[in-house]
Amino acid sequence: MSELLVVGISDYKVARNPTVLVTYALGSCVGICIYDSRLKIGGLSHIMLPESSMFNKNDLNRMKFADTAIVDMVQDLIKLGADPRRLTAKIAGGAQMFDVQQASMIGTIGDRNVCSVKDTLHKLKIPLIAEDTGLNYGRTVYFDLETGVMKVQSLGRGTREL
Amino acid sequence: MLTNYDELNDMQIDVLREIGNIGAGNAATALATILDEKVEISLPKVRITDFNTAVNALGGAEAMTVGVLLNFNGEANGMIMFLLNMQDAQAITNILIQEENGGEEEGADGRLSDLKLSAIKEIGNILGSSYINSLATLTGLNINISIPYIAIDMAGALMSVPIIEFGSIGDKVMFIEECFITEEDRLSGNIILFAEIETLKLIMERLGLEV
Repeated sequence: MSELLVVGISDYKVARNPTVLVTYALGSCVGICIYDSRLKIGGLSHIMLPESSMFNKNDLNRMKFADTAIVDMVQDLIKLGADPRRLTAKIAGGAQMFDVQQASMIGTIGDRNVCSVKDTLHKLKIPLIAEDTGLNYGRTVYFDLETGVMKVQSLGRGTREL
Repeated sequence: MLTNYDELNDMQIDVLREIGNIGAGNAATALATILDEKVEISLPKVRITDFNTAVNALGGAEAMTVGVLLNFNGEANGMIMFLLNMQDAQAITNILIQEENGGEEEGADGRLSDLKLSAIKEIGNILGSSYINSLATLTGLNINISIPYIAIDMAGALMSVPIIEFGSIGDKVMFIEECFITEEDRLSGNIILFAEIETLKLIMERLGLEV
């Protein structure tokens, strides 16, 4: 039985097989699974916001933002022995939970999170091989380091394996 | 200088709590009127708390929850959300609405009929507006409130919406728990209020507190 390792909001964790990483109830947040399939080393990040530059640098939680969290998590994966050239990514989340029509930040934050995640992965030359993003519902993500499968669960919508 | 919810002192938290209490009183009066006095509302518990504590109070991150969201802006900016777990949502709407078909259209997954959803949206609207109204009255600030938006999903996913919108000012929220007391049951509803830090400062100033 693999150990279940819980990743909180604005948090990331890296681990080796056998481990299942899980993060609960992603709304417009995005969960990013990064994997070295040969060594079965992986990480799961739960980001809240697209860019750290939007906020002042004092007291900054780097794990909260797509641009800083992914870079730091990849560094930690490399420290565990992962080969940066072998890393692949799968992402889920970035929903719009409320159907707000006004031109407000909340209407688009999910989309902006997904865009920033993709930009950051692109800059790090990590291929995005699967995604389950957008729409209007919450998602829980399980990332099994044995298989590299990302399992996405939603209320009343069943389970998707990617 | 107040820059974060974490920096609120006891006095300032007491002031927010008192606004919560007054808001709840107004909300109870407003609701009793439309509910034909079949439901009483207890004095609320008001806490300034972090995200995880608030989510756990709702039954955990994945608990199926109904959320009604209102934006407010003008001289004060923020969001207020009314949250109700699924069982309590069913129970409270069953008191309000006796549907002819006995709610046949509600599937095994506990979905609510459109009529019941609409009723919960209106309860959320009244509660949220009552809080904002008491805030505006106490402070003399001019505040506009949006129409209500409703969603049914995981508690954590709903709660993250205001946290994200105001992600720059820490992960604390004002969490208000109220009990709806009916003849047979006590049902628990929750309200979270999240205001911009500038708004918090303005509220404190208007009420004569140092910031």
